[in-house]
Parts: sequence; structure tokens; C-alpha cells
Amino acid sequence: MTQPTDLTLADARNALRDRKISSVELTQAHLDAMEKARALNCFVAETPVQALAMAKASDVRLAKGEGGVLEGLPLGIKDLYATKGVHTQACSHILDKFRPEYESTVTAQLWRDGAVMLGKLNMDEFAMGSSNETSYYGPVASPWLPPKWTEDNARSALASDKRGLLVPGGSSGGSASAVAARLCLGATASDTGGSIRQPAAFTGTVGIKPTYGRCSRWGMVAFASSLDQAGPIARTVRDCAIMLGSMAGYDPKDTTSVDAPVPDYEKSVGASIRGKKIGIPKEYRIEGMPAEIDRLWQQGIAWLKAAGAEIVDISLPHTKTALPAYYIVAPAEASSNLARYDGVRYGLRVPGRDISDMYEQTRAKGFGKEVRRRIMIGTYVLSAGYYDAYYVRAQKIRTLIKRDFELAYASGVDAILTPATPSAAFGIGEKGSADPVEMYLNDVFTVTVNMAGLPGLAVPAGYTADGLPLGLQLIGRPFDEETLFSLAEVIEQSAGRVTLPKPWWN
Amino acid sequence: MDSQMNTHARPSKLIKGATGDWEIVIGMEIHAQVSSNSKLFSGASTEFGGDPNAHVSLVDAAMPGMLPVINRECVAQAIRTGLGLKAQINCRSVFDRKNYFYPDLPQGYQISQYKSPIVGEGTVIVDVTASEQIQVGIERLHLEQDAGKSLHDQSPTDSFVDLNRSGVALMEIVSKPDLRSAEEARAYVTKLRTILRYLGTCDGDMEKGSLRADVNVSVRKPGAPLGTRCEIKNVNSIRFIGQAVDVEARRQIGILEDGGKIDQETRLFDPGKGETRSMRSKEEAHDYRYFPDPDLLPLEFEQSYVDELASHLPELPDEKKARFMRDYGLPSYDAGVLVMERASADYYENVAKGRDAKAAANWVINELFGRLNKEGKDIETSPVSADQLGGIVDLISAGTISGKIAKDLFEIVFTEGGDPRELVETRGMKQVTDTGAIEAAVDAIIAANPDKVAQAQAKPTMLGWFVGQVMKQTGGKANPQAVNDVLKSKLGI
Repeated sequence: MTQPTDLTLADARNALRDRKISSVELTQAHLDAMEKARALNCFVAETPVQALAMAKASDVRLAKGEGGVLEGLPLGIKDLYATKGVHTQACSHILDKFRPEYESTVTAQLWRDGAVMLGKLNMDEFAMGSSNETSYYGPVASPWLPPKWTEDNARSALASDKRGLLVPGGSSGGSASAVAARLCLGATASDTGGSIRQPAAFTGTVGIKPTYGRCSRWGMVAFASSLDQAGPIARTVRDCAIMLGSMAGYDPKDTTSVDAPVPDYEKSVGASIRGKKIGIPKEYRIEGMPAEIDRLWQQGIAWLKAAGAEIVDISLPHTKTALPAYYIVAPAEASSNLARYDGVRYGLRVPGRDISDMYEQTRAKGFGKEVRRRIMIGTYVLSAGYYDAYYVRAQKIRTLIKRDFELAYASGVDAILTPATPSAAFGIGEKGSADPVEMYLNDVFTVTVNMAGLPGLAVPAGYTADGLPLGLQLIGRPFDEETLFSLAEVIEQSAGRVTLPKPWWN
Repeated sequence: MDSQMNTHARPSKLIKGATGDWEIVIGMEIHAQVSSNSKLFSGASTEFGGDPNAHVSLVDAAMPGMLPVINRECVAQAIRTGLGLKAQINCRSVFDRKNYFYPDLPQGYQISQYKSPIVGEGTVIVDVTASEQIQVGIERLHLEQDAGKSLHDQSPTDSFVDLNRSGVALMEIVSKPDLRSAEEARAYVTKLRTILRYLGTCDGDMEKGSLRADVNVSVRKPGAPLGTRCEIKNVNSIRFIGQAVDVEARRQIGILEDGGKIDQETRLFDPGKGETRSMRSKEEAHDYRYFPDPDLLPLEFEQSYVDELASHLPELPDEKKARFMRDYGLPSYDAGVLVMERASADYYENVAKGRDAKAAANWVINELFGRLNKEGKDIETSPVSADQLGGIVDLISAGTISGKIAKDLFEIVFTEGGDPRELVETRGMKQVTDTGAIEAAVDAIIAANPDKVAQAQAKPTMLGWFVGQVMKQTGGKANPQAVNDVLKSKLGI
């Protein structure tokens, strides 16, 4: 029999419903897997007592034929989400020992629907990073073996500083790695510039960033408020659809969330895509892109065509400007959002001579290098004399990017297909240490989607010659996540389910 | 509004310096706490007092992941205020973040409105004296959060923070630089407070900090361009506003006349020492890095919503004053005094109803207000009700009591209470109009004072002496007209 941890979320749900397994058994299997995989550093806090209590309660409900759509299913939660009484630090030192008295809306909805919490997942500090290397709790290793590495090589790297092991991507690196390593059936993640889709692509998992406003941001530690959006990472398209159905919905506590009914996303998985018009934007064929990424893209086009979709070439002329504009807007908002971490009320406080000294000491020690860099960039671009030249122009670019998409959709395009990342996963310690822009370029295909507030989904579509997973990105119309699930299912079926690495880390 | 009028120096306002006349130019930013049950972006109570940090929500304490949700009642209050200031209401406005670090500012930014305020230009008509009226332009009104309070007296080593006020809604009402004297500044704030209280959008209680003023002062030679201004922060009484203007203007004139120049800066008024002190210079000014708050969508509403609010506005002081002048025939000054407080105006109307309106105004303004002032009471706690005062006015007009006796009666009602009509009866205060009784008294006095009779016949103005004697004998209750008539006929003058 397959290990319970190898089940997809949908299969596990059915097994629970059919009483073939109990939630306690399923949960315990995941807790065991987590314990054996600690060296991967996916979880920053494990909550086994809570998990088993929740599982037991789920079993009672399941026995009565009751329970929600996620009843008894063990999930991992990104450390960005406030979980009552549990470690919630966005993997930053500045939130040292912070345990909220409240539960984020998204996680509250998961628990409402019966899900079981396994623990809190590692991430880039305040979601700022594309490799999970900026976490105060250290980097996360991907379960994928680096090309040409033996399991022994990998195990010894894992035992030391993890250098050379693959990054799972970021910022939702803990989520992606834990899902790929089968430490949880699915995980919450969040995406400000690609933080769901890039790690999903790097780890052979599926991730969706829904339309801005689809999920409540209440109780999610804010990075860039106008770009942040919650979403799931799971092992199949269907699993993502099931999770998003629970996470999404209007929340009066977040006035940027949208009061629109949440469709039954699972129904769109497997729905026909015949006649769907798929746009292929020429601007995403960037210079220096590996040929295998381009081949993957062509393959994706062919699969969708074979399933009855119509392929059209489109132009999104302002694509090039998205990344620089993003690195103005996001840090600007972050510089303000992170001002509340001042040592006065909660989290870390480093005493000082006076209040200013306390602020400076606390923030210097509490924030990591990348976070400090972005706070400084953000503060700079909002400063008198620079505001118009940077922030205002970036907002104008944002409007133009949005307009590019609007025109494409107005011309009849239903969704857009692009590569998810410009490369496969790279090694820990390999990128960005000299030039942060090298790291920022990871988001080149994903930031446009955040800037336009659109839904974007990353689905595995193939491998590099070295056997590392590669993903494609589907971009949809606002609030049309359903079309993305239908299209992604076609790609998943056509490419065949990813063969995830065996647990060499055990 | 009316910038024409205000660009010309008003000669009566000029003040003399060693080098000639100077004109003071004043603009004000009033922070008025919105009357609402809960805060601008959270459900926490706005109740005054309470233990420190008793009225603090997760949003007010800026816990991670918390988001602001606009309080619709505060928006309605701002619109009502804008309507009361005869101002442009902007159906689309934007909340911005004003970023700075301070322990009583938990978010590290104040949510305010910077480029697109909810209310635009308007006008306030201000009676400076009984004979002088000015128009003061309103530049804008915007909504913003109040900060908490730092407590420095709780520990020898640490400062504490009370966040009860953190997030309470304020309206910042910015005037144009249309004021020209301390007196005008005081009158403007007084009028603004009257309007806010009529509207019920701010209680105007300066002692509780519900109304605070930042006063911008500059001086110039008449006709010259505007001088460099200094902003005097957080002046918290109308009297202090006047003092601060005078002191600051004199300071600036002194510097300029000594050949110096004014540095643009923020200053504090010290009422104890009667001086303003530098708080921070322009160079030390914060760079607030304003930008639109991404947690809040632009604030939008329909014109029909504004119209709906407008249709339920109470009668405002200017309209009420005009009506009092028109319907009751009151002089401008009296009408102005009566409408200063809505409760006074209502009181007056109850007294005036079906009575001599001018007499009613005299009684309310001169007797009642004077007496209330002396006791430190206000119209709401007046021991004399409008019905009681109306009863007194009725007794006078019916000739039952004289004006003089009425004052005694008023005093009894004020201190002891009771129905005026009954009091007049039981205390024998009724005016004597019975000529028989008056004649008897006159006869007695004439008989006892033959010398005076001779004098009076030679000099008719001596009549006053006789009147006094009769009144004395009748305990002031004799009808003065009747006494006069009887005396004249008996003395043959």
C-alpha cells in the first residue's frame, strides 16, 4: 500500500470519507515524516499536540458522516499567517516570541472546514526573497537532489551548512519543500511577486496566486499590501482547487477583499478547455532564457492546442518595466508596513540610551540584511524629492501593465501561458550574494501578475535535461481562477504527474 | 472665498511698531475630534477617560496583519461638517499614510488624507464684534487618526504609552490665511465650535482635547507679500489662541525691526511664561513620506448620499440668526448671542413663543445669561426654565408686576424655584393699581410734607421725590404710572 503521506489531498479526503484511514493515522504519519525531515528545515514550529487533537475531533465528525471539505486533512501553514497562540514571526527575529491572540481569516476558514494544523512553515523573512535563504531560521533545502549528486552527498550537505543543495524557491520555500517532501498534504503560501508560483515551479508542485481580493489578508503579516495575496501550494491541480475553495472569500475585516461568491473550484478541474483562447505573449521570450524553458513552453502550447484550445500571439508591451517598477512599489509599501516593528509593544526589543537608540538597535538586530535593504529602498523612493521620480512613475507603469492585460482580455483571450521561472532551481548560497538583482530576476515572469492583481497558477510541465522540475504559468482574467484550473489540469494530465524524489533525507 | 477682501489690510487691525504699521496674518488648523462611538478604523470605544489602554483593539495596537476598516459614521460626520462649512464635498477621497516613528504611534504611520481630502473649500462667517463681520475661507477638511499618549511620569526610567486615543477620528479643518488679529482668531474658533456643536459632529470640549488648534502666524507691512510663518502647535483654549497670536506677532515684529529674519519653524506656546518657544526648525521637520494607504480603497460615495445627509442637517447658526432677526425683530448682536449655543437658541424660542420677542431676548441675554455666568452654570443646567422665565415676562406685560419687582421675582425663582405666578400671589409682590390705596398714600405724604409740596409746585421735577416716597410706602408695588397721575392731580402740576 502507498504511504499515507504519498496520497494526494483529494485521495486522502476520499480515504477519510470512506473510513479507509483515520485522520489520527494520517496526521501521525505526517508528524513522523516531519520528524524525519527536520534537516530540510521546512517547519519552524511543529504543533503535534494540537494536530492530534484536531485530528481526533475530525475523526469524531467523520464517524458521524459530518465534517467540512477539508475534514481531517493535515496541512502546513506558512509562518506569515497569524495562528492563535502559535509561533507567528514571518521568520523574522524582530517578531521574537510573538504569539498572536488571534487567528488569520484564511487559516480560520481552513479550521472551519476541518483541516488539521501540523505546524508553521519556514519562509523568507517577511516574504522577501526568492530562495528561502533570508529566513532568520536558516535556509530550507529542496527535496530534489542537485544534478549529479548522490544521496550520500546530499545527506552530508544537509548535516552541515546545506550549501549546494537546491533552494526550494521563495518566499514560500518551506511550503513548497514540505509539500514536495510529503510532510503535509498541502500548505498555505503567499505571493507578492511570485512567492507561490516560483517555489511551486522549483519543487514540482502546483501553486496558485488567486486574484487580488479573492482571499482575505486579515491576519497575514503584511509585506506589500497592494500586492500580497494568499494561496495554496499542493501536489496536484485538484488539491489546489480544493484548498483555495476553503481559503477564498469576502472578509469585512479586509476592505480590499471582494464580495463575490466562491465557486466550486474542484468542478472546473477536468472541465473542457475546447475553444478557450490562449494568449502567448512575445515579451516573455527573454534574452538569455535557456532553450529548455522555451521548449517547455512550446510543449505546453501543443498540449493545450491538442485539448481544443485556440492559441493566439499577443503583446504585453510593458512587461519589461514590471520588475523595476515592482522593486519600487513593493519596498515602498514594505518600508511603511514594517514600521510597526519598533520594539515598543511586542517582539524583539534591544534596549538603548533613549527611544531613538532603542528603535535603531532593535531594528538593526531584528531585521535581516535583505529586509533592511528593502526598507531603505522603500524609504528612499518615498522621500521628498524622489517620490515623483520613483513611486509615482512606478504606479504609472503599474497602470500600463494592467492595461496591457486588459487589452489582451478585451481582444477575447481567456488566459495567458508563459514560463513560470527563467530557470530551474539553483543551489543554496549560489545567487544574489554579490548582486541582489540576480535574485530579483527570478520573479521576472511572475511580478507582472501581482502588479495587475490577476490570478496566476504554476503547474509542473517537465524537467530540465538534469532532471529538475520546470513549471509553466497560466495567467487568468480577474476572478476567473476556474479557467486556470481547467487549463492546468490539461497540462498536468499531458505532462504526467511529477515523480517526486524519494525521501533520501530520512 | 472673498480673498479680495482679505488681501487688503484692514486698517483697524494694524498694530504699531517702531518702524510703522504691521499686519498680522493668521491661518489655523483645527483638530476636531469626531463625535462617534467607535474609532476611525476600528471598533474600539472612543469614550473619554477609562484606564490606560482599556479602549484598544488589535488594529489600534498595530498588531501584525491587522487591517483598517473605515467607520461609516465618521465619514457621515465629516460630510455633515463640510456641509455646515458651506464647503465642497468630494465624493471620492483618498487615505494616505503619514510615516514617522513615535512610541504613541503604533503603526509607525498615521492614516490621514493628503492630496485628496473628503471636504474642499468652504466659508465661515464670523462676527468679530457687534458691528464687524468677516468671512474666513476654509481650505479643506480631512479625516485622520489621533495618536496615543506618552506618559512620562509613571516610572523613573521608562515612559509608558496609553493607546486609548490611538485611532480616534479627527477632522483637521484648515483655514485660509484670512485672519488678521488675535480677536479674529478667537472669534473664528468660537464660531467654528458653535457650528460643530450645532451639527453634533464634535463636542468642542477643549479641556478634554476634543478641539485643538495649530496657529500659523506671520507678519508683514500692509500690502507687502506674506511673511515667513511660524506654526504654534496644539493650543488648547480660545483664550490661549488669542494670547499666542499676540505674543508671537510681537516676537516676529521685534526680530524684523531689529533687522533680523523669521525662520520657518514649529513653536510651542507657554501660557505660564506668556511666550512661544521653538520646537523644531524647518530643517528638522519630518519627511513624512506620504503615499496612498494600500490597505484602504479610495473612499467613494454618491452625491445622493450627501444630499440625504444635507436634508437632515439641523438649522445652522447663521440661518437661525437670520431668522431671529427677521421673525423676532432682534438686532444682529442679540440674535448672534442667542444662537451661539443651540440650547440657548432653543431656550430663547420657548420664552419668546407668543410673547414680546424683544422683551424675551432682553431677559434671556441680560438677566439669565448674566446670572448663569455668575454661578458658572450654562443653559442646560439653568435653574430657571424657559416656562418660568416666560411666566415672569407674562406677569410684566400683564402689568401684574413692575420691571423692578420682576428682577426680584427672577432672583427668587433662580435661587428657590417655584411658579412665578404663585410666588407673586403668596409673597404679595403684585403691583398696586388700585387708585384708592395710592390716593391714601399720596394724601398722607402731602399732609406730612407741606414744604416739599410748595417746592414741587415751584419746580415740577421735584415730583420724583414724591414718587419715591409713595413707592417706599407701598413696598415698590404701586403702579408707577398710576402714582404719577394721582400725584400730578393732587399737587396741581
